[in-house]
Amino acid sequence: MKIHIPNSAFLGNIDPFLKGFDPSNKTKLTITANKKWSSIHPVVLSMIAALGLTLKPNNIVCDKLESKSKHYLERMGLFKFLGIKSNIVIKQHESSGRFIPLTQIKDSKSLTEFIQDINPLLHLKPDHAEPIRYIMSELIRNVLEHSLSGFGAIVCAQYYKKSNVIRIGIADTGVGIWKTINYSYKPKNDMDAIGLALAPGITGTTQKLGGTESNAGAGLFFIKSIATVNRDFFMIYSGTAMYKLLKRKGEKIKLHADPFKDRHSKKTGLPFWEGTVVGVDISLNTTPQFSLLLDLLNKTLIEAMKERKILYHKKPQFL
Amino acid sequence: MIIKLFNKVGSFAENKDIARDIRINKLIPALNKNQEIILDFDKIEGATQSFIHALISDLMRTFGNTVLDKLKFKSCNDTVKKIITIVIDYMQES
Repeated sequence: MKIHIPNSAFLGNIDPFLKGFDPSNKTKLTITANKKWSSIHPVVLSMIAALGLTLKPNNIVCDKLESKSKHYLERMGLFKFLGIKSNIVIKQHESSGRFIPLTQIKDSKSLTEFIQDINPLLHLKPDHAEPIRYIMSELIRNVLEHSLSGFGAIVCAQYYKKSNVIRIGIADTGVGIWKTINYSYKPKNDMDAIGLALAPGITGTTQKLGGTESNAGAGLFFIKSIATVNRDFFMIYSGTAMYKLLKRKGEKIKLHADPFKDRHSKKTGLPFWEGTVVGVDISLNTTPQFSLLLDLLNKTLIEAMKERKILYHKKPQFL
Repeated sequence: MIIKLFNKVGSFAENKDIARDIRINKLIPALNKNQEIILDFDKIEGATQSFIHALISDLMRTFGNTVLDKLKFKSCNDTVKKIITIVIDYMQES
């Protein structure tokens, strides 16, 4: 496998980075980087760390990094994750540091402990903490419940002062969305599966409306909706497909049950990611009161369920 | 029966395994005995939809929506009230 850390890779311009990933030869990982400067979204780090975890350190080759940003990679714990010595000495708790370093979460108890640490690490005000811990908890729990990965979820996050945004990246090397959804539905391809996973009322565990006692099938829809209301980026990549919720400006916010009705871009035919990758940006400037978002969400969810229920109505047979 | 959730889940109710344990070991036996249950959300700042779903959706499916006559929610803040409402509405629509 080969992965290149480019000059810049955030959710808005992440497509070339994903296209450049080479998933062939799973016994070795080669990491290269832009020589001058790399400014990257945490999701890039989560992806690299997730790949690295599947290999022994002696099967990972990392270019000698020369860019200033190698300090960032060190501080986020990438080299420690990969088992590679970086020879960089940094102060672990700089005052400017509002970040969650790369963390592997493999069980429910670790997730609960991790969620408790989010506020102190990101220095969040209560209004901002609500959507962020909500998103992280639901996304990581999705990995634990559905990915079937022995490596769990790899997560990290960073606060960007200039844009006043928290960027979150979560990756796993599990079975991916298509296989999860295919248990109950028959998605034609990876993009179809992503569309189903983002729609409310659909879970891989059952075809029954309302889900099972454990899964409602509304988790990803909630997260996409939080990003929609915040007018933020949300990206999900699994198999060979990537769906990206694009930023919105000014217009009245409407939540759609069908993710393809949202302002989005999608890419198919990407290098195969065995598992699922999610990146989210949460702007702290536009975060509305979480409870107001929930009002809007409830309305959309009920409308979506009514629409879905009609699809399940039995029709009379006229002879 | 009063169940104080803060002691079990802390200030952010997200652990579905705990929700399932409460449902199976406390809620279902109490409902089978026709007891009234008060879920006390005092000191809980937030909850996920998944947690509330794991806690109560199966009760609604098993006992019907009349279970809500026996099941009460105490000391919920605005956010928690809305999440509970979403889950209950969602279950009744499905």
